[in-house]
Amino acid sequence: MQVALSNFLVVAGLLFVIGVFGIFMNRKNIIVIMMSIELILLAANINFVAFSGALHDMVGQVFTMFVLTVAAAESAIGLAIVVIYSRNRGSIEVEDVTLMKG
Amino acid sequence: MIENIVFYIVSAILLASAVMVVSSRNPVHSVLFLILAFFNAAVLFLMAGAEFLAMVLVIVYVGAVAVLFMFVVMMLDVDFVALREGVQRYAPVGFAVGIILFVEIAFVAISWTVAPGATAARLSPVPGDVSNTVALGSLLYTKYIFLFQMAGAILLVSMIGAIVLTLRDRNRGKRQNVTMQHERMPADTMRMVNAKLGEGAVMPPQTEEAL
Repeated sequence: MQVALSNFLVVAGLLFVIGVFGIFMNRKNIIVIMMSIELILLAANINFVAFSGALHDMVGQVFTMFVLTVAAAESAIGLAIVVIYSRNRGSIEVEDVTLMKG
Repeated sequence: MIENIVFYIVSAILLASAVMVVSSRNPVHSVLFLILAFFNAAVLFLMAGAEFLAMVLVIVYVGAVAVLFMFVVMMLDVDFVALREGVQRYAPVGFAVGIILFVEIAFVAISWTVAPGATAARLSPVPGDVSNTVALGSLLYTKYIFLFQMAGAILLVSMIGAIVLTLRDRNRGKRQNVTMQHERMPADTMRMVNAKLGEGAVMPPQTEEAL
């Protein structure tokens, strides 16, 4: 790996912070919140791959593969829930979701 | 030298498109910037030496997940402008939390060191003579085969779950009702009439139950 590991860590940290900021800023739009979660998982993956490259250890890449799997499953299920919710209630505002009185 | 220049350009585009994802007014633009962010992250993966994962990121994320997001954003009939209300109210809190979080991450990022025994404690060092895909596959199908199968099970469960959630049974068409068929008696549906010659039989009006 030609680029220093700390550069990757700074980029991944900034990406993580942008994702968290996106969750706070788009509190009503569940779809943008899910995109922010994807950004956070991408930051975690960049960390895994950067350490894997720096330490010459393949396990980081194996774990990245599993994180990718779980992220894809999560977004599929989440989008399915968003679709049926908007079909039943006509709105996807996060603050309207009070059916379970949580 | 050239690697550093490419790294800085790619990561600048990555961070800028991530900012556009969370701050764009139109969710369709957010999805398009998400695709750009995934492409740049794939370049970062390539620079870190994970060629196979870079291709997987492009295929799985750009090809499947981002298209799924695009489908949902475009199919939902939702007023997305109304969902942007209150951004000014939430932004300061988001900024505060983000800055605190980044300072904490920066504290960790500038003060870590690799332990002296870390190199010896590696679970599976990169084999030097094979390509990245071969190394990953020979590890995934032997040492981590159980986790690999679990990942497949998770994908299967999520696929079935998404189908079950969104499948809508609208009661279209005529279906066979076996119980109702078995419960029908001949007396409910059939009348024997002795018709006179030349007059025919007058049918009584059929009740709803007999139908």
